[in-house]
Amino acid sequence: MKLSLNFVKDYIKLDNDIDVNELAEKMTKAGNEYDSAEKLVNATNLVIGEIKECEMHPDSDHLHLCKVDIGTEILNIVCGAPNARKGIKVIVAQVGAELPGDFKIKKGMIRGQESNGMLCALYEIGIDKKFLSEADKNGIHELPQDAPVGEDPIKYMGLDDSVVDFELTANRGDLLSILGMAYELGAIYNKTVEPVEINYKEVGEDINKQFSVDINTENCKLFLAKKAMNVKIKESPDFIKNRLIASGIRPINNVVDISNYVMLELGQPLHFYDADNLGNKILVRMANNDEKLTTLDNIERTLTENDIVITNGEKSIGLAGVMGGLDTEVEETTKNVVIESAIFNSVKVRMTSNKILRSEASNRFEKGLDPARTYMAIDRACTLLEKYADAEIVTGMVKYDVTDNKEKVIEISFKEINDVLGTNIPMEDIIDVFIKLGFKQELKPGKTIVTVPTRRIDISIKEDLIEEVGRIYGVDNIEGKLPVVPMRMGHIDKTTRKIRAKMANMGLNDTLSYILINDKDVHKFTTDEFEEVKLLDPITEDRNTLRYSIIPSLYKIYEYNKARENKDVCLFEIGKGFWKKQEEYGENQKICALMSGEYYTGIGHSKNVDFYDIKGVTEELLDYLGYENRYSFVIPKQIPSEFHPGQTAEISVNNDIVGILGRIHPSVEKEAVYVMEINLDKLLAKRVGKMKFKEISKFPNIKKDIAVLVSKEITSKDVETLIKKKAGKLLLDIKVFDVYEGKNIEENKRSIAYSLTFGAQDRTLNDDEINTILENIIKDLENKGIEIRK
Amino acid sequence: MKEQISKIKETSVEEIKKAEDLKTLNDIKVKYLGKKGELTSVLRGMGGLSPEERPIIGSLVNEVRDELEKLINEKEEKFKQEELNEQLKKETIDITLPSTKMKRGSIHPVNRIIEDIEDLFVSMGYDVVTGPELENDEYCFERLNLPKGHPARDMQDSFYITDEYLLRTQTSSVQARTMMANEEKTPIRMITTGKTYRREDDATHSHQFNQIEGLVIDKKERNVSLADLKGTLEVFVRKIIGANLDLRFRPSYFPFTEPSYEVDVTCFKCGGKGCNLCKQTGWIEVLGSGIVHPNVLKMNGYDPEQYGGFAFGTGIDRLAMFRYGITDMRYLYTNDVRFLSQFDRKDEE
Repeated sequence: MKLSLNFVKDYIKLDNDIDVNELAEKMTKAGNEYDSAEKLVNATNLVIGEIKECEMHPDSDHLHLCKVDIGTEILNIVCGAPNARKGIKVIVAQVGAELPGDFKIKKGMIRGQESNGMLCALYEIGIDKKFLSEADKNGIHELPQDAPVGEDPIKYMGLDDSVVDFELTANRGDLLSILGMAYELGAIYNKTVEPVEINYKEVGEDINKQFSVDINTENCKLFLAKKAMNVKIKESPDFIKNRLIASGIRPINNVVDISNYVMLELGQPLHFYDADNLGNKILVRMANNDEKLTTLDNIERTLTENDIVITNGEKSIGLAGVMGGLDTEVEETTKNVVIESAIFNSVKVRMTSNKILRSEASNRFEKGLDPARTYMAIDRACTLLEKYADAEIVTGMVKYDVTDNKEKVIEISFKEINDVLGTNIPMEDIIDVFIKLGFKQELKPGKTIVTVPTRRIDISIKEDLIEEVGRIYGVDNIEGKLPVVPMRMGHIDKTTRKIRAKMANMGLNDTLSYILINDKDVHKFTTDEFEEVKLLDPITEDRNTLRYSIIPSLYKIYEYNKARENKDVCLFEIGKGFWKKQEEYGENQKICALMSGEYYTGIGHSKNVDFYDIKGVTEELLDYLGYENRYSFVIPKQIPSEFHPGQTAEISVNNDIVGILGRIHPSVEKEAVYVMEINLDKLLAKRVGKMKFKEISKFPNIKKDIAVLVSKEITSKDVETLIKKKAGKLLLDIKVFDVYEGKNIEENKRSIAYSLTFGAQDRTLNDDEINTILENIIKDLENKGIEIRK
Repeated sequence: MKEQISKIKETSVEEIKKAEDLKTLNDIKVKYLGKKGELTSVLRGMGGLSPEERPIIGSLVNEVRDELEKLINEKEEKFKQEELNEQLKKETIDITLPSTKMKRGSIHPVNRIIEDIEDLFVSMGYDVVTGPELENDEYCFERLNLPKGHPARDMQDSFYITDEYLLRTQTSSVQARTMMANEEKTPIRMITTGKTYRREDDATHSHQFNQIEGLVIDKKERNVSLADLKGTLEVFVRKIIGANLDLRFRPSYFPFTEPSYEVDVTCFKCGGKGCNLCKQTGWIEVLGSGIVHPNVLKMNGYDPEQYGGFAFGTGIDRLAMFRYGITDMRYLYTNDVRFLSQFDRKDEE
């Protein structure tokens, strides 16, 4: 909302030299933020001049040499405007003038001729071309013949205005009007608001005898119509044009301008129909699906049953609250006008305007309107039409009104106000706030009964009044403190952040990736069965689905880094994966890691990531979380096709699959890239016992080694399981310490060497005992066809 | 015999002096002091001496033996020391060569801020709770006083999955969930952090971003007020964003609070003088806050006559950008390792 200070001064007496920035700051503190506050015309050193002589420049086919009288002297000015000629009154920027866009006027020579200033077009002093007539777009501005030479042209033209552009909150529809702004400023500056001038004569037979309105939808609660006859279409007076320009609206002609002027002034959008093209009836209804209407921008619109339309009883002639139809538009030739002032359902108007066009009018309908203003606006329009378009207003008004136009009465105690604000504002000060706001009050002991004017549609409950007190009293005057509540520490589950720290400590970078991915990727890296969760209306197809696994997200990040020559990429993310199963939606917290490139560095120690590194990271994490000895890595029954079939394992905890790890299939990714993902919800649901001290054995352990020769189909885990079974309780630990294949070993076989640690809590083991166990193990292995290396 | 002893002494001392390595020294030791050594032989030959002479010669031999042993030990010690020095010299390395180590990991700036915020509020007695990102409109809108038809619910502004389900547009949904989950309707002090989504993507808006949300609900007689909200947010801003920042509460409008306030803080960049970041105002809008709307209390089972409180929320991404001087929001989500690996150490205290 652009607030013209000249405009609002019609209704509230502000100091003439009021600082526009200070006003904007005060409004901001009261909750009305602004985007900019500046003079309408930001130019200095301008004066009205008269061209006394005008000749063509000897060395140019378009420049003029002008002698311009500015009252105190005659200036030589070179001017390129085609309309520069002897006898016209013009705007002169003198030497030293500053024009918008940091343009400074200096003494100069133009093609050998002295020039001491500049003759200005309106757009050169800061009026946007979109507001200007064709003549003003193409040349310097011509002032009326009676313009006083030597005076300030800005003042003379009435352009000495300042404009604040407010960004209003959604609830303050009342401030989308000069009158509403006047009430707000009145509360802030403690000034009263002047009444709106309504004064016109009515002529002829009552309109109701010749014109009717039918409302056929609950989405229109109030509809008023009046008729103005014999209007004279011409240019608007300067003050109307200037105020429209200051408010960002292009002046067109007096009649159209008056409808916009009243909307700006009172906040109620109006629509003017050419009465002779309209006929004698208006019917408001919901459109039919596929109904067609050509709007006044000459575009044929296809409507739906959600659009409110104005019709002449047969066909639609306007989209309610959004745009009129072409057929009944007010034109240069229009003689008689039907004025519509109405209230339409804000949600419907918003939906229609979102499809068609968001305008000053639709914005006001969306925010909600005060029925009292609907009446006031139609009278105000009649007043201005009579005054500035010589209209004759037809007696009476066509009226449909099912609004509940009662003022709200709210009772509130002073204690309640102070309790919510945490203040001790004296009763008198609270009463004073409501007086400033122009709210009527009835005082009772300890409380006040406030009658809220209908213009404040945003106020309906006590809390709204408390907000008003806070706003006008000033939040700055409220001292901050901390709540007085029982002391306690809050509860937090730190598992996630500890996992994050652990992963970072293992050399991986914590990432934050997008959960929206391409639906083509959503079933990748998993064989789980689920329905993908797709967006109804994605921004791009590349992000049209919620991920199930984080792996596609991290792989995208890997590719991004690879394209930028970032070779050593070790990433992890803790985030959500989403799914749908039998009409149920769900999401799981997951941890995902991706590792590639160099992981260890150092001379002779540098090493690229392989399967066992990401397996190590996974084991470290599981051990850290307390799952030591409860997990295993198993060959999947079904391997997702994006994984290397020979380097992929499922992570099983308590014999339940919680995740997967492995190398990305070489046909997907040529580089060696390893990924791991664990469903944390599933994993962490498996309870872990308390961390508890275990007595350290006082007796020495005994270490023994066994090396076996096995075919490659047999996994190390298979051998380990056999050994463990035979070794019994005395075996404390078993570790692979060497794996060998190649020279001196049959093809398709490999040697694996295990180191076994035996011990007991209560005694020193003797060699015989251990040797017996070893013999049993060896015998068992040999029975299973596993060769023992001596 | 004395002469023989003194001769042995003379030659052996001479030999010890000349010895240049441990082996020679050892040979000398064997030659003179060994079981069959020359000095030992002298002792054996003492049988032919008179009882008077025996002790004299005996002590003389012992004297010489002690002296030789001492000389040999000294020399031996010297050789060992030299050998060790030699070894240490050989083992000397260039300590300026690169170390052997694992890659260093890092923690994302947004998660760093989240952890700090959580710690701060836990210390003030707030519980940290979580909620789903795939929400239904009941919790995202309906229970937060955003009825059907409200502009904030427009399809084009949110990522809807169905008419009912959507990606949450705000962490406020967790407020409603926390209030509903609290069946005894006891006081609440909670914060929640996490990802939120809106249907917009440009240079300053990411369709995915992070928010923190706080809610305090208490019995009316405890009077949790706007002044308490102000104090709480002062602590938050000064602890998390900057100790010297001023706050400005600007009345505003949110459907879930009444009264509502936007909170500006002194511009991080210019310190309040006015710059392009703060559009010359000296202030940056940081938080949204207010007194919980009675409708919100009602819709989540709290009696507004008995309970009251405040709520606040803010975007985390911008706080992270400010704290670490990150110049472009997109860095937070592209995850270039040259960006990520800069956040690899502890924050200063």
